[in-house]
Amino acid sequence: MAANPYIPHTEADIKAMLGTCGATSVDELYADVPPSLRMKSAYKLPAPMNEPELDRYFAAIARENKPLICFAGNGFYHHYTPAAITAVMSRSEFLTAYTPYQPEISQGTLQYIFEYQSMMCALTGLDVSNASMYDGATATAEAMLMAVSAAKKRRRVLISATVAQAVAEVCSTYASGAGIILEVIPEEDGCTCRTSFEEMLGAGDVAGVIVASPNRFGIIEDYSGFAERCHSAKALFIMNCHASPLGVLRTPAEWGADIACGEAQSLGMPLNYGGPGLGYLCCTKALMRKLPGRVVGATTDSQGRRAFVLTLQAREQHIRRQKATSNICSNQGIMTLHAAMYLGLMGAKGLRRVNELSAEAAHSLAEVLTATGKAKLSYPDKPYLNEFSLDIAEPLSADRWLAALEANGILGGVKIDDSTVLVAATEMCSPQDIDRYVATVKDLQP
Amino acid sequence: MSKIYYLPSHEYVKVDGDIALVGISEYAASQLGAVTYVDVPEEGDELAAGDEFGAIESRKAASDLFSPVSGEVIEVNEELADNPRLINNAPLDAWIIKVKMSDPAELDGLMDESAYAEFCKKQH
Amino acid sequence: MNKELYSPLIFELSQSGRTGCRLPDYKYSSGAVSLPAELLRGEAPTLPEVSEPSLVRHYTNSSTNNFGVDTGFYPLGSCTMKYNPKVNEAMVGRSGISDLHPAQSADSVQGALRIYRTLELYLAEIGGMAEFTLNPFAGAHGEYTGLMIIRQYHLSRGDEARRKVLVPDSAHGTNPASAAMAGFDIVEVKSLPDGTVDLDDLRSKLDCSVAALMMTNPNTTGMFEHSIPEIAEAVHAAGALLYYDGANLNPILGVARPGDMGFDVMHINLHKTFSTPHGGGGPGAGPVGVRAGLEAFLPAPHVTCLPDGSFAVDEPADSFGRVSAWLGNFAVYVKALAYILTMGADGLAAAGRMATLNANYIMHSLKDLYLLPIAGPCKHEFVFDGLRDKSTGVTTLNIAKALLDRGFHAPTIYFPLLFHEALMIEPTETETKETLDSFIKAMREIAETSLSDPEAIKSAPHHTPVTHPDEDGAALDPVLTYRMLCNSTTL
Repeated sequence: MAANPYIPHTEADIKAMLGTCGATSVDELYADVPPSLRMKSAYKLPAPMNEPELDRYFAAIARENKPLICFAGNGFYHHYTPAAITAVMSRSEFLTAYTPYQPEISQGTLQYIFEYQSMMCALTGLDVSNASMYDGATATAEAMLMAVSAAKKRRRVLISATVAQAVAEVCSTYASGAGIILEVIPEEDGCTCRTSFEEMLGAGDVAGVIVASPNRFGIIEDYSGFAERCHSAKALFIMNCHASPLGVLRTPAEWGADIACGEAQSLGMPLNYGGPGLGYLCCTKALMRKLPGRVVGATTDSQGRRAFVLTLQAREQHIRRQKATSNICSNQGIMTLHAAMYLGLMGAKGLRRVNELSAEAAHSLAEVLTATGKAKLSYPDKPYLNEFSLDIAEPLSADRWLAALEANGILGGVKIDDSTVLVAATEMCSPQDIDRYVATVKDLQP
Repeated sequence: MSKIYYLPSHEYVKVDGDIALVGISEYAASQLGAVTYVDVPEEGDELAAGDEFGAIESRKAASDLFSPVSGEVIEVNEELADNPRLINNAPLDAWIIKVKMSDPAELDGLMDESAYAEFCKKQH
Repeated sequence: MNKELYSPLIFELSQSGRTGCRLPDYKYSSGAVSLPAELLRGEAPTLPEVSEPSLVRHYTNSSTNNFGVDTGFYPLGSCTMKYNPKVNEAMVGRSGISDLHPAQSADSVQGALRIYRTLELYLAEIGGMAEFTLNPFAGAHGEYTGLMIIRQYHLSRGDEARRKVLVPDSAHGTNPASAAMAGFDIVEVKSLPDGTVDLDDLRSKLDCSVAALMMTNPNTTGMFEHSIPEIAEAVHAAGALLYYDGANLNPILGVARPGDMGFDVMHINLHKTFSTPHGGGGPGAGPVGVRAGLEAFLPAPHVTCLPDGSFAVDEPADSFGRVSAWLGNFAVYVKALAYILTMGADGLAAAGRMATLNANYIMHSLKDLYLLPIAGPCKHEFVFDGLRDKSTGVTTLNIAKALLDRGFHAPTIYFPLLFHEALMIEPTETETKETLDSFIKAMREIAETSLSDPEAIKSAPHHTPVTHPDEDGAALDPVLTYRMLCNSTTL
């Protein structure tokens, strides 16, 4: 013992502690484990590594990966991570803390969650936010469950075909478990088909309607009248939105949404091959008690000082068990600190500028790519911000397009089907990066 | 003069003709602690005896509410939305729902005041 | 430190015109992009305007109001708050790990996929399972995923009548909550006085309507379920599956494997047993393992190894669907893999054994003053039912708060629900005997003060950054944002 840096027991410690326990060996403490269940041999694992060996191991693995100039999105965007965030996030008072059930010694965590909730409400325009969900997809599934819970007896939920595929699939999983009938509103020219929406809603029994902005093709749809129609049918209007564009786009509250949900990775979180990101979930005050997960509230302490506490806990699994609004316990925790710091550093003006730069980069790229004649916008008449769908002209294909770019160090987008690529840009894409993308495409032989 | 009956889950029903007021007992209110929220049904909902009709929350507990009688919810106590502590102050006055009973004979299966008092004594 | 100056809300440090960022001033060929006005927000969001140093001081000062594993001892039952090795963190931030987009081609992320596949196989070895998915983001998410696998398994056999999930009354709250989300009805199974499952009660509830029994082993009272072979046999004879909640895996590392005990599906909380930091509530990870024969029902997408040794992402044949947009919390997997690689088989086994020794040591050192309803030996944790001498009315909550004053985190309190004054203690293997002795001393002093000066304990804490926050008031009139705070008449 004591050769392991994380296990401090010396032989003398073990002997003294066993004495207190009235045992002669540690094995005695396992006397109740039936012999038939005991492992006959050690785990088959490699010999333990020391720190330099571990570093070499992961350095070698990292070399098997190929970081690319990122023109892909589909829910995950490569925005800059300010160095101040990385520095503060590593503070172990934050990183190694448990869930703030003891408010007296958790004010650091509780305060940043309160700030995060405030900022997400500012972005969405809605009244309340929880302390995070796992990702944008599960946040949307939970929004669907909220709608059904609020509607009590109605079981149908409508989801637009223009919601990102992975989000729709996760909603479908959660619907199947919960006995919810999830129906897809068809798409028309890249947008939610308004006639179908009206008809399906008119058929009755609808608890909620889920749409996306920007949608899965990057299009910013016009949802005028949607909320009013939903509300007249007593259904909730749910909007799935990436967090960063909320800094400039019409807010879910302005569209009349009852719930806003989605992925907040676009607030400067590292790509990390897809996780951790951050699911956010906001709603109107009327739905506050249907909101799943943890929520932080402000109050005062016995000396009149401002204090923050976890509140509305009676809805949660550790109290309500199977009657809880959700099973969620651990969530994305410290990623809310990341979001709060990002929005704090950026401010409204910085966030606007990030979106302007991203939009300009995307529109510039779209213009020059379509000018090559090798691709055209899938929906040329539809407004978009920093992501657009591109039809690749035959005989080229999405695979060839992306492969050629990858060979030049560029992630050219996300393949939608054999002839369609979803392309995104951010402030991380310099004009030179765009030139390189275009030059690669120009060199593509039909 | 209304008569009062109780369920083992501590809801009371105060009866006047075929109208029943349903709330939670003094014993339940004291066990729950400061009430922070009451989830109520919609007027017009039809309940069967034993149906869950809502929930009551304190800071660290939540309990489902069950209807002692069958019938239609004809009114919910709106005051509780703004001031749920009325239930702590005077649980027998702070009724939660008003039900038009469809089968008053159901009351025969409930505990009366003295039976309920005995019942509470046995709850440590 | 200057908390008065820097610790108010970040919004209260804001001054119009300040900024904490400097963005590129690229000139793109498109020039400014204009969108229809009706698609743009009416006014700018209310966000702070602060300089970078102000923001850094704000959060640095506020971090000192927090307690973490790096600050001190967390005797938190069922939470396994072990030390989070720093080298694990250092493995994440490098290029080639942190800068990969999840939509990249498999060719360009072979290293990332190697991390997935390696961890899947190691966890399968440790769990005694055939296959793992790393997609679930947390323990409860893993439970949900596991239950959906079980549901899909029964449906695939045309067995649609299995609507019930059995859960012991000592179970974590997430178990029944996850089963409810997966569409099951929950039936509770009673515990015996020694905290283990009542086999007779279980047998009486097992029939063809039961999909699964969810269990932890050791359970939440810290007892090893020694009847597990009989339990597994009864569950399987009824055609149901046995689910393992891995929250309490730590003490049986190197001793026994859930798969060998007869469990069919399991999850592991990497932020417990495998040392990844809790982050004040996440991000965690809840990988799910299945025994041979259930691999096809795992969620999509899934990482596999091809015959040529390269790695690919595919969809299991009879997958129930998707529970995540991508492949879970990748950065957490890097840390957990680093931990397994540095510990090795012997290190993991030692961790389990020393966690058990630490728990038993505390239990025996305090059982004369605290009521021990279930005599040991315990495994990683044990439960006291408050003080032995309850005459002065000092409660478990009071004891927990008094510990905060003495520089310790509180134990888990009022759980499991089997006892009125439950105080659940789990020390983990990373604590020294000196730390445990100091904790024992504090617990003994609290017990003694409870008799000599009970008010001193009942009024605790006295020395924490805030004391006795009004939690009733917070729940009655929720103030959940800065905007609500500004509009509040009482705060």
